[in-house]
Amino acid sequence: MKFKPKATFSPYLLWIVLFVIAPIGLIFYYSLLDLNGDFTLANYRNFFTPAYLTMTLTSFWYAFLITFFTLLIAYPTAYFLTKTKHKHLWLMLVIIPSWINLLLKTYAFIGIFGLYGPVNAMIEVFGFDPTQILFTDFSFVFVAVYIFIPFMIIPIFNALDKMNPSLIYAARDLGASAFTTFRRVIFPLTIEGVKSGIQVTFIPALSLFMITRLIAGNKVITLGTAIEQQFLVAQNWGMGSTIAVFLILIMFASMRLTRKKKRGGRA
Amino acid sequence: MANDTIIRFDNVTKSYNSNTTVLKGVSFELERGKFYTLLGPSGCGKTTILRIIAGFEAPTTGDVFINSKRVNNVPANERQVNTVFQDYALFPHLNVFENVAFGLRIKKVKEAEIKARVAEALKFVNLAGYENREITEMSGGQRQRVAIARAIVNDPEVILLDEPLSALDLKLRTEMQYELRELQQRLGKTFIFVTHDQEEALAMSDEIFVLNEGNIQQSGTPVDIYDEPINRFVADFIGESNIVDGVMLEDYKVQFAGKVFDCVDGGMKQNEKIEVVIRPEDLHLTTPAAGKITVRVDTQLFRGVHYELSTYDKDGNEWLVHSLKQAEVGAQVGLDFDPEAIHIMRLNETEEEFDARIEAYTNEV
Repeated sequence: MKFKPKATFSPYLLWIVLFVIAPIGLIFYYSLLDLNGDFTLANYRNFFTPAYLTMTLTSFWYAFLITFFTLLIAYPTAYFLTKTKHKHLWLMLVIIPSWINLLLKTYAFIGIFGLYGPVNAMIEVFGFDPTQILFTDFSFVFVAVYIFIPFMIIPIFNALDKMNPSLIYAARDLGASAFTTFRRVIFPLTIEGVKSGIQVTFIPALSLFMITRLIAGNKVITLGTAIEQQFLVAQNWGMGSTIAVFLILIMFASMRLTRKKKRGGRA
Repeated sequence: MANDTIIRFDNVTKSYNSNTTVLKGVSFELERGKFYTLLGPSGCGKTTILRIIAGFEAPTTGDVFINSKRVNNVPANERQVNTVFQDYALFPHLNVFENVAFGLRIKKVKEAEIKARVAEALKFVNLAGYENREITEMSGGQRQRVAIARAIVNDPEVILLDEPLSALDLKLRTEMQYELRELQQRLGKTFIFVTHDQEEALAMSDEIFVLNEGNIQQSGTPVDIYDEPINRFVADFIGESNIVDGVMLEDYKVQFAGKVFDCVDGGMKQNEKIEVVIRPEDLHLTTPAAGKITVRVDTQLFRGVHYELSTYDKDGNEWLVHSLKQAEVGAQVGLDFDPEAIHIMRLNETEEEFDARIEAYTNEV
């Protein structure tokens, strides 16, 4: 049978054109329109005003915090998972919550963190007054970290699991302490897993918007929230698209930063 | 000379859980600067001994001494011992230079000295100029050498080799046997080599420890072990052998295959039941009239260097013969052998008893 590349690939090509290239083109096109539908560069000029730049920075800051804490929890978890007897079962148990709808989990946290929820009930048991946990920076980062943990664990777990265990013995044999073994062998060999984990956490964290509204009570404005507001509240599709264009650019930039490098040692 | 002892095992046992015992009370002493081989089938405990010396595992009971210092609780990274792993365990994220330099960097050796020592180690294993290669660019044999260089560069007192040649093809393996032996002699370090390949053990070692089911069966020079196997297991494991039941009538007189033969062994009880070992290459084909036993050739295989004949005597004992001459399948032939070719094994004799007996009857002479 003769292989016909063009015919075989055409459905995928069509898919990519319709659902990837065309939307990006449209976003770019709308970003050049003002409220009246006339061409303008005003949206881009607006983006570089302090209001939007601050928002971009805040977005970055929160995405960084979320990624940092997710990594801080996910790496040791993944490490200990690989040491357990039934590691794949445990991994499964960690992954299962990620199958539940994000919105449902977010609503659950409203219940947990609410003034009459179990956390405040505990606080009262210890004799303190109930406090407002919802609608704070803390609750926003906490819930976001909770949601991203499984996505960070999977690539790190795979990287650790793939590593040849005799490399650890070799490092110990050559005089490395447990910490040095981690720093010079285990971590460098699982850095690709960490990078994948950062990609799947940092980029979505930049554009989180449901959680900002439900958990942070719109106190935290991220790029995602801004896009949503421009489209649905302000009806300014042009400005919304402009922010989206920048979000796409940031995504490409962070993917470039975390992409796979050719393996090479110090010369 | 107690000073020459570098490693001592004192009744070491190792159990996992409560029911699997890998080592059942192993004691031995290793001298500085020799090439030792731990030989045995898989699961005999040879790798466990190596891992206990390296410090990856602690003995369940018993004591381990390195340089007369008890090291049971000394972690692997604080021992003057380096390992060459079966799968080499080279760090894939580092190049050849950094792999070899790994141990030196951890010891915070000065950069200039690291350069010099790595270069020297690589030269030792014939890999000078390969410093900047990636591990993935190296062949199996080259990786093997990098692993050896990474061990010797730290100037350890003992180098442990865990079946390091098993992943190489036959020709390369033979080459590396020569190289390893030569390397050990040039370095003058203690090498402890683990293998299940008896030919490898015989070719390279100063002393071999034959292990089975967590016990040392026999230790000695390759020639001793080959010529005077202590029991059926050792005789079978080290090379091919013919083992038949016999009776020791008196010193230097043994009866087997229905006849009485002169032999060179003694020190046993009169009429003691024993086992007789004769190596296939010690049996010579001759005419039935000239031979000591008459056998019928059952099958014949051409092995390149020799023909391997499977023959049977009239009692049904199988006699394996290695012969340079071809024989005719089905023919009656005679087998001739020297008294020195007859090796006597007492049933259930331990190594100590064996040594004591050899000493006793050789003193008489």
